[in-house]
Amino acid sequence: MARRYDSSTTTFSPEGRLHQVEYAIEAINNAGTCIGILAKDGIVMASEKRVTSGLLAPSKSSEKTYKISQHVACNVAGLTADANILIDQARLRAGRYEYQYCEPIPVEQLVELVCNYKQAYTQYGGLRPFGVAFLFAGYDEHYGFQLYQSDPSGNYSGWKATVIGSNNQAGKSLLKNEYGSSSSSEEEEEEKEGEMKVEGAATEEISMPDVKGALRLAVKVLNKTMDASASSSEKMELYVMSLENGQVVHKILNKEEAQKVIDEVEAEATPAGET
Amino acid sequence: MDSVFGVEYDGGVIIASDQNNARSILTYQTNLDKVAELSSHSAMGVSGPNADLVNFSQYISKNLALYELSNNGLKLSPHAQANFTRGELATALRKGPYQVNIMLGGYDTIKNQASLYWLDHLAAMAKVNYGAQGYASSFCLSIMDRDWKEGLNQEQAVAIVEKCIKELQVRFLIAQPNFIIKAIDKDGVNTLSFGADPADN
Repeated sequence: MARRYDSSTTTFSPEGRLHQVEYAIEAINNAGTCIGILAKDGIVMASEKRVTSGLLAPSKSSEKTYKISQHVACNVAGLTADANILIDQARLRAGRYEYQYCEPIPVEQLVELVCNYKQAYTQYGGLRPFGVAFLFAGYDEHYGFQLYQSDPSGNYSGWKATVIGSNNQAGKSLLKNEYGSSSSSEEEEEEKEGEMKVEGAATEEISMPDVKGALRLAVKVLNKTMDASASSSEKMELYVMSLENGQVVHKILNKEEAQKVIDEVEAEATPAGET
Repeated sequence: MDSVFGVEYDGGVIIASDQNNARSILTYQTNLDKVAELSSHSAMGVSGPNADLVNFSQYISKNLALYELSNNGLKLSPHAQANFTRGELATALRKGPYQVNIMLGGYDTIKNQASLYWLDHLAAMAKVNYGAQGYASSFCLSIMDRDWKEGLNQEQAVAIVEKCIKELQVRFLIAQPNFIIKAIDKDGVNTLSFGADPADN
């Protein structure tokens, strides 16, 4: 419907929608899943690695996880070529802030700058929007660890846990039930839909998992969203952001460490039976 | 020629400056406040021609206010403010330099720590425990060198500042009868004393 109004970003449809932006968001639903989970002592981002061909040379760098600055990293879902432009922009803006203030950029400000850049492509120039959704993970002294999601429209929000990419609805509903409750079959607390800004971790101390728990939860969700029945460390990339001696540490788990988490999740699942 | 100096103590920092506004052989006023309040927890003592003094300190303080408005009330730490200020001096340097020399003091409410910075018109910057700009440095640094130590309280810091003021009033050629002294601590910027009320017109 409204075919006349959907080929240009700079035109609203009669229903008040920007179809090009919505189509861009659709493009991401076919991309490899990315899960982000905020923990008490860090942030976990797990992503599905889609290997399109066995002939592909093993990548020296990740195609999903990117370091933006010492204290911010992001996960990408969507068109990698589009993502590269935005990542360059994010790194530039983070660097510029640090040049001006000799301090790391507050995470939300960085996210907003990238999002404002994306928004311009939904309003001027007649160019198509970026077909990328991001999960930004960062740490600053104002709000501690924070997780943000942004999409082609230029909107962003802070999350305790979220999913982007293919099967994100299934992932999100699993997170809604599991995040913040203990892993055994106790009374599960209803978590509010995480559209709220992430404030200091103090208020959520009770229900927020630690990094280890978050890793297991992420793998659990990834198992559900990935079509393949067998989960292996080759198919997923597990990234952890944490604090060591006051410095932010970025880590992508290697094969053995990733396999260990996968095995732990499998062990949890089998005795309890299928939920 | 303006006298501006600052002394850091445990839990805060003092910024003091003379209150003269003069040019050539004429004194325009003797109640000028040269310690510009930048934000809730920072201030800078500025020396230089009145035009640059006012223009630059307002430029910096308005930019800092804009930052807070644009970022949900988030504040820039004194370290960030000092580096921002230095950056502006550096950018202007090869165009139309601001002829201002500054002592910038602030209290970081997140880290709970005071800091003091010495900045000059060539955009040099140093983090210091105490310092002075202008001719005052020739008279006062030696006093501060001798009397400053780690862990001073506000009273002791003020005592050092008052010693410096007396020295200037005895030995400095230019008569500077009035000085304004401000303290910055966890409760913000507070005027401790002034020789003449800046509000008097």
